[in-house]
Amino acid sequence: MFVIIVGAGRVGATIAKRMLAEGHQVSVIDEDPLSLEKLEIGLSESWEDAGGRFTLGTALEVEALLAGGIESADVLCCTTNGDNTNLVVAQIAQKRFNVAKVIVRVLDPGRAEWYGRQGLHTICPTQHAIEMIEEAVLAL
Amino acid sequence: MYVIIAGAGKVGWSLTRELIDKGHEVTLLEGRRSRYLQVEQELEHRIQYGDATELWVLERAGIARADLTIAVTGDDEDNILICQMARDKYLCERIVARVNNPRNLQHFKLLGIEPAVSATDLILRLIEHEVPDYGLVHLLDLAGDRLEIIEMTVAENAPAAGSQVGDVQMPEGSLIISILREGGGFVPKPSSQIKAGDDVLVVLDPGLMDAITLQFDPNAKPNG
Repeated sequence: MFVIIVGAGRVGATIAKRMLAEGHQVSVIDEDPLSLEKLEIGLSESWEDAGGRFTLGTALEVEALLAGGIESADVLCCTTNGDNTNLVVAQIAQKRFNVAKVIVRVLDPGRAEWYGRQGLHTICPTQHAIEMIEEAVLAL
Repeated sequence: MYVIIAGAGKVGWSLTRELIDKGHEVTLLEGRRSRYLQVEQELEHRIQYGDATELWVLERAGIARADLTIAVTGDDEDNILICQMARDKYLCERIVARVNNPRNLQHFKLLGIEPAVSATDLILRLIEHEVPDYGLVHLLDLAGDRLEIIEMTVAENAPAAGSQVGDVQMPEGSLIISILREGGGFVPKPSSQIKAGDDVLVVLDPGLMDAITLQFDPNAKPNG
């Protein structure tokens, strides 16, 4: 499976490394060169030597998406730290590049729910945190 | 009309003033505290503090009853989202968005966020208009209304060169509205002569671009 990760922060980088370890093709797009260094933490070789791909660029730039291989991607994950960026990139991936599976991390429960209903696969950590904390608070 | 404007930068602030002067009701939204406080001194209750990409901020501003939503923040992703939610979730009939980076215009178009205005593009077109023999300049693009005005230089070998306006094979849905020649312009009559080197302004349905180009500049490369 060819997976593109847009935004290699804690979530994106961890998923990228796990997918690579499981034998998938992984391509990371991030605008911060430091994220490449973080990807290599714990790796015995460089990210690219390990078979991973890295493109430096902002995901709204179509050139960056193309360089990252969006035209042959099976899955695209939007995990930048901005909800708005994630939501726009996800729609570009879906509507312009017809990526089969697009997963979007959205921190705002309101937008996560609305865009979920518009056909985006949204994942809202905030919602989960609310539920889990509330459960923990109320637990005897 | 009730208008919501997102982004109290120079454009948003000026727009608010102009619309209020014209008698409309306006709410301006600004997410930066210092900017909000600055503008609030003049606009008072007409500006609200909050991130316009948050649903509750739009709802607090009364987006459900807005006739027009204008997104002029400095962030293209925000402008796309604000207009998208205004139109699709809150059923606001009219939206206008600002494009900060012209390279993002393609994303606005992909998602149907129009009209999307890029100041850089507008100025570029004015520059192109001033450069002789530039080719085809898009002066006005109202894609939603299927209307465009273009300016073209008549090539030496063009079918229209040396013809009368009334004899040019203009496709239905297009019209020559002005001829610019030697520093002046005029609205032509059917008997007016077109000369090679003239600039013609044509109003047209966007789908007719190729047919028009054939008449005035058959060697033209496809222009975006």
